[in-house]
Amino acid sequence: MSEIVSHQPRGISLQRINAMVLRYWYLLMSSWPRLLELVYWPALQIITWGFLQNYISQASGFFARAGGTLIGAVILWDILFRGQLGFSISFLEEMWARNLGNLMMSPLKPIEFLLSLMIMSLIRLAIGVIPMTLLALFFFGFNFYAIGLPLIAFFCNLIFTSWSVGVFASGLVLRNGLGAESIVWTLMFAVMPLACIYYPVEVLPTWLQYVAWTLPPTYVFEGMRSLLIDHVFRADLMAWALAINAILFVASFAVFLALLQSAKRNGSLLAGGE
Amino acid sequence: MRLLSQWLNDGHMQQSGTGQGHAPAADQGGSAAIDVAHLVKVYKATRAVDDISFRIARGSITGLLGGNGAGKTTTIAMIMGLVLPTSGSVAVLGAKIPEQRYEVLGRMNFESPYVDMPMRLTVRQNLTIFGRLYAVKHLRERIDQLAADLDLKEFLDRSNGKLSAGQKTRVALAKALINEPDLLLLDEPTASLDPDTADWVRQHLETYRKTHNATILLASHNMLEVERLCDRVIIMKRGKIEDDDSPEAIMARYNRDTLEEVFLDVARGRLREGAPEGTP
Repeated sequence: MSEIVSHQPRGISLQRINAMVLRYWYLLMSSWPRLLELVYWPALQIITWGFLQNYISQASGFFARAGGTLIGAVILWDILFRGQLGFSISFLEEMWARNLGNLMMSPLKPIEFLLSLMIMSLIRLAIGVIPMTLLALFFFGFNFYAIGLPLIAFFCNLIFTSWSVGVFASGLVLRNGLGAESIVWTLMFAVMPLACIYYPVEVLPTWLQYVAWTLPPTYVFEGMRSLLIDHVFRADLMAWALAINAILFVASFAVFLALLQSAKRNGSLLAGGE
Repeated sequence: MRLLSQWLNDGHMQQSGTGQGHAPAADQGGSAAIDVAHLVKVYKATRAVDDISFRIARGSITGLLGGNGAGKTTTIAMIMGLVLPTSGSVAVLGAKIPEQRYEVLGRMNFESPYVDMPMRLTVRQNLTIFGRLYAVKHLRERIDQLAADLDLKEFLDRSNGKLSAGQKTRVALAKALINEPDLLLLDEPTASLDPDTADWVRQHLETYRKTHNATILLASHNMLEVERLCDRVIIMKRGKIEDDDSPEAIMARYNRDTLEEVFLDVARGRLREGAPEGTP
């Protein structure tokens, strides 16, 4: 081996993950519209829903009592949605840049690539959601961080789901090219009605409730309502969410690898187009 | 454990003897740099590569010639492990591809018009990232050296998207050389370059081969380039190997003065000198 190259570990290399995170960081810092977009939509969301919450609180005794459930739901939904987008957009950047072939030919392993996308989703999420929570505090007096330790359980469960969906959507784009790009933008919305973000699970027809309980975010939003309305932290809900997330996470990785293999079989890795 | 191994190895199970704690299966010398045996690639109804076999010696420069759709890019992609063969086998630097590709990826590199470097990043940023992916030691010095060798200094801090086509080709070549690869796979390495720069790049490749005893496999439509650079030429047509020899021997066989004339003979189905009808 060439003497200028260091010994490379056989397992996961932090150096390669770090290189990929640096690549996305450079990209983010090189483009102010990209940065602005990260803050713009969450800010718009929180302001719209915050005023709506204010309005219905005046008209409804329930919402006056359950202060912050709508705002809390909006913030948690954004963690779920932006977490997935943060993951998938970094992946799409490689497709748009036609750089995937370079990466696939380098010693970067798929697991390292996916881990770097996860780290980037956290960074992008922080840039978008932290200002959102500050706006919620400033405009509507809702202190998201007052949720305390349960917030960690909510966050972890939502981010794991967002990564699973992100890995799956990226695999589909990898296999089918940029023609499948719209999946990245819309897939999470398929989860939205069943995750019961703004209403309790009991609202759904009985048969649909069974489907809803297969989705980890349903447990998180139920848990959030339990905490904000009844002031009870439901650890059992979080444990269920975590268990289902573990299954989803492993399954999404397996599907990604299967789609990668399929892309290699049909020669779409170098094409990358539509 | 099986799933973990697959995650770490691109979906391929590591073959026995190459797992943690064992010596790498890829050798450091001795065998051929590339060993292709009965390679076939079928896309639906199209036979893109049709039962080809060849071995490429270490330290040689081999040209892969053929018209559009001859199967050159698919062949190179299978050698890199980016396309899975329908049947047949590929070994690179002693490692089976794709099963053991991570054993040797750090010793290979490539350049192709089918891929780009990220446009918004500067040349220096791009080279830094790829240098880190390849675990290049003393990366800053290496980038400075490449910038001097390939004349990139004046636009090292310019975005890749703002470069001319020729400058982008030089940057792509710098990326391909960043890890001083033992095996370099090049697809149209001098495309979009003016004759002077193209000649200069060819000189650089020749020098690189000599100083590093590197193996170079290049696909090209530039016959003069192939004549000048290559010790050996493999001509492909419709997925098959039509001829395989030194440029001089091939030109003699077709009774032609240039490879371009040979290329036209092959493309238009004219028989080579003395060959019985029906034989390739």
